[in-house]
Amino acid sequence: MRVTLKVWRQKNAQDKGRFETYELDHIDEHASFLEMFDVLNEKLIKEGKDPVAFDHDCREGICGMCSMVINGRPHGPLPRTTTCQLHMRHFRDGETIVVEPWRAGAFPVIKDLVVDRSAFDRIIAAGGFISVNTGQAVEANSILVPKENADKAMSAAECIGCGACVAACKNASAMLFVAAKVSHLALLPQGQPERYRRVRNMVAQMDKEGFGACTNTNACEAACPKGISVANIARMNREYLRATLLAED
Amino acid sequence: MKLDPKIPPGDLESKWTRYRSTVKLVSPANKRKLDVLVVGSGLAGASAAASLAELGYRVKVFCFQDSPRRAHSIAAQGGINAAKNYRNDGDSVYRLFYDTIKGGDYRSREANVYRLAEVSSNIIDQCVAQGVPFAREYGGVLANRSFGGTQVERTFYARGQTGQQLLLGAYQALQRQVGQGNAQVFPRHEMLELVVRDGRAIGIIARNLVTGELERHSGHAVVLATGGYGNVFYLSTNAMGCNVTAIWKAYKKGAAFGNPCFTQIHPTCLPQHGSYQSKLTLMSESLRNDGRVWVPKHKGDKRRPADIPESERDYFLERKYPAFGNLVPRDIASRAVKEVCDEGRGVGPTGLAVYLDFSDAIRRLGRSVIEARYGNLFEMYEKITGDNPYETPMMIYPAVHYTMGGLWVDYQLSTTIPGLYAIGECNFSDHGANRLGASALMQGLADGYFILPYTIGEYLSGLIRTGSIPTTYSEFDAAERDVAQRIERLLSIKGAYTVDHFHRELGKIMWDHCGMARSRQSLEYAAGEVKKLREAFWHEVRVPGTAYELNPELEKAGRVADFLELAALIIQDALHREESCGGHFRVEYQTEDGEALRRDDEFMYVAAFEFAGEEAPAILHKEPLKYEVVTPSQRSYK
Repeated sequence: MRVTLKVWRQKNAQDKGRFETYELDHIDEHASFLEMFDVLNEKLIKEGKDPVAFDHDCREGICGMCSMVINGRPHGPLPRTTTCQLHMRHFRDGETIVVEPWRAGAFPVIKDLVVDRSAFDRIIAAGGFISVNTGQAVEANSILVPKENADKAMSAAECIGCGACVAACKNASAMLFVAAKVSHLALLPQGQPERYRRVRNMVAQMDKEGFGACTNTNACEAACPKGISVANIARMNREYLRATLLAED
Repeated sequence: MKLDPKIPPGDLESKWTRYRSTVKLVSPANKRKLDVLVVGSGLAGASAAASLAELGYRVKVFCFQDSPRRAHSIAAQGGINAAKNYRNDGDSVYRLFYDTIKGGDYRSREANVYRLAEVSSNIIDQCVAQGVPFAREYGGVLANRSFGGTQVERTFYARGQTGQQLLLGAYQALQRQVGQGNAQVFPRHEMLELVVRDGRAIGIIARNLVTGELERHSGHAVVLATGGYGNVFYLSTNAMGCNVTAIWKAYKKGAAFGNPCFTQIHPTCLPQHGSYQSKLTLMSESLRNDGRVWVPKHKGDKRRPADIPESERDYFLERKYPAFGNLVPRDIASRAVKEVCDEGRGVGPTGLAVYLDFSDAIRRLGRSVIEARYGNLFEMYEKITGDNPYETPMMIYPAVHYTMGGLWVDYQLSTTIPGLYAIGECNFSDHGANRLGASALMQGLADGYFILPYTIGEYLSGLIRTGSIPTTYSEFDAAERDVAQRIERLLSIKGAYTVDHFHRELGKIMWDHCGMARSRQSLEYAAGEVKKLREAFWHEVRVPGTAYELNPELEKAGRVADFLELAALIIQDALHREESCGGHFRVEYQTEDGEALRRDDEFMYVAAFEFAGEEAPAILHKEPLKYEVVTPSQRSYK
C-alpha cells in the first residue's frame, strides 16, 4: 500500500520544529506502524537524509517506550493498542497520516518524536512504592488478598507508563497514571500503612512537575493502550480527600 | 587465566547458609564510602541496585532506555518458579534444583543451582511484600500453574504480565532509593567501555544518548546486568535495544565468556511473515498448559484446520513424549516442531508453523476460563495476526528467545576481573544448556535481591580505605579515547548500506547455519560468512548524523559491530562442542530417535573463552562440572 506521512521534525529541544512530508510506497499491510517507520528511515538514510528519531523497544506493547500521536490520537486509531502493535492494515491505501510527538509541557521534546518522560519516574520516587527492604518479608501466604481486590489491583497495575493519557488530555493531566499506581497499592493490604502519605506525596510531585488538572473528560481512558479505567481517578480522589482530612500536620 | 569457581565446601544443602554466615561484612559507616555502578535496570539490575542502596552503598544505575522501568524483563509473560509446595504436589527445593539441572542437560553447576532453588521462596515473599499483584485463589492465597519440564505446579504469575509486575516491584524499590538520595539513575545512557586499573574494574565510560557526550563514572565495583544477546540473530523475541555491548567490552578487557553458543530457541512464537519484519513475538509457554500442538498427518494437507478430522491430526508432542506431552522443555519442543516442518507437514503460508489448538480446552473448561487465563495473550495474537484464536488454532514457530551463555562467573557472581560482577541473563548462568520456563525471572531476582548483596561484600570489604576513585586516572583517559575513536570511525565510513542491512544479513547467517541444528560444515561456512560480513561492515556501513546528538543509528551501529565479533565466538564455541546438549544440537551427535546425544566423558565442562586479540581465535579454558548429588543421565521426557 501507499501512504503519505506528515511527520514532526525537530532537531532538538531548542528548535521550533515543523512538519515534513514523505511518500512511501509498497508498504505491506501486515507491517506494524513502527516497521513502516523502519522502512521510511532506511529510505531516508539511503537518500543521505536524517532519519526520524522515535522511541521504541519491546515492540510487543508492554515496555511503554513507543509514543506517537497518529492522526491526532496517541497510539493511533485502535482502542487498547500501542503504536508498536498497530498494523498498517488499519489504514487506507493512499491515506495521509500525521505523526507527532506527545505534546505536554511536562514532556519536553528531545528530538523529532522523542520526548522526556522522566517526570513519571520522579512521581514514583515520591511515593509509588511500598517501603519494604529486601530480606524482611513475611511468608507470602500469610498475607491474604481477596481475589476481587487482587484482580482490581492488577488491572490498575497494568499501566505501562507510556504517557498516552497525558498526551490525550487537553490539560496534559497525569491523573490516570498517578491514580493507577495509587489504586494498585491502596487496594492491597501491603499498601495500607503508607496509604495516605503515598497519595499526598505523589499528587504533590505531579503538581510540581507541571501536569494539568483533571476535568473528567475521560480522554485518558480512551487513549490508554491498557484500558486503565477512570474509576481509578475517582478512587484516588477519595484517597486524597481522606488523606487530607486525616492529615495530622 | 585461572578459573576458580570458589564453590564453598560442605554439603550441597548447607553451602549457602554457611557462606552467608561467614562472608565478610562491611559496616554501615563504610558502606557510605563505597560506590557501586550497576549497568542495566531489568529484574537483576533493578533488584540489585535497590538492595545495595538499601544496605547503604552509593549506587549509580545506567540504562539505555528512557526509564529503568522499560528494561526487557518487562516483557516476560508466563511466570516465576518457586519451591513453595503450596499445591501439596510433592514440590521441594531439591525437586526444583533437580528439574533445573536436568532441564539444563547437566551443563550447570550444582552448587549455584541449589542456591537458586533455595532462595526461590524468599523471592515470592519479597515480591508479595512489595505489592506485586500475583494471581490469587478465592480464599486469598496465591495461585499456581505449571510450566514446561516439570510435573508440579510451582509457577506464580500475574496474568500474562508477570515480568512487568515483578520489574515494576523492583523499579519501585529502586525509585524509593532514588527519592531518598541513596541511588542515582542515568537513563538514556549506554555503557561503551569498562575501565580496568591494576587488574580491577574501577569504572565505565558511558555515552549520554541525548547529548552524545562521553561520561566517566568510577566505582569500587561494577555490576553488569545487561541481559541477553539473542539479537545477534537479528530476529528474536528480545526488545530492539537488547545488545551484547557491555559484556562484550568486559570480555575484551579480560572477563571470560562462558558457553557463548548456548542459545534458547523458544517453541511458541509467532511465525515470520515479511522481509520488513523487525522482531518476533513470543506467545507464553503457559499456553502449552491448555493448548495442544499438532500438524496434519499427511504432507501437503492444505485444508483449513477445522476441516481436518481428529484421525488425520498428529499431536506429535503427546505422541513422542507421553509423560510430559505438550509441556516438554523448550529445546525438545522446538526441535520437534522443526522436525515436522522439515518433513513438509508444517502449516500456514510458508509451511514453517504448527498449530497450537485450544478447542479441546475451551470445550472442557468453557471460554470464560480460557479467557481469564490467557485473555491478554489471545488479544495480542489477534492484534498481530488478525486471527481469532478462540475460533481457529494459533500458528506458532520457534524463535530465538534467551541466551544461557554469558560472562563466566564464580559462586560469588564475580567475573574473572576482580570488582566486575555479572548478574541475570548476562552471566553464563544457572541454566546450563537449556533454561526451563519461568526460571529467568527467578534467576534475575535471586541474583539481584538475595545473592549479590551478600557476595559483593566479600570484595568491597577490602576497599574500605580506598576512598573515592578519581576519574582522572590514565586508564579513564585511554578508555574514553578508544570510545571516541570508534564512534568517529563509524561515522566516517559513509558507505552505501544501512546498519540494519548488516544486522539482517548477520541474523540470516546465524539462524540458517548456527541455529536449531548445527553441523561442522554449516558452522565452518558461517564462520567464513561472518568474517566477510564484518569486513564489509567496516567499509560499507552508513551511519548518518553526528556524535553529539541523539543518534539512534549510531547506537545501533556500535551494537551491530559488537554482534559481528560475538558471532565469531559463538561459532567457535559451537564448533568445538562436539556433542549435542540442550539448545545446542549438532546433527552429527544424535541418538537413533533423533534426541540430543551428550558426550559427558569429553564435554562435561563450562567452556570459558578468553579474548586473545581482534583477529585471533579466543583461548578456551575449561571448568569441569562435578556432579556430587545428581547422577547425569540421558534426559527423558517420554
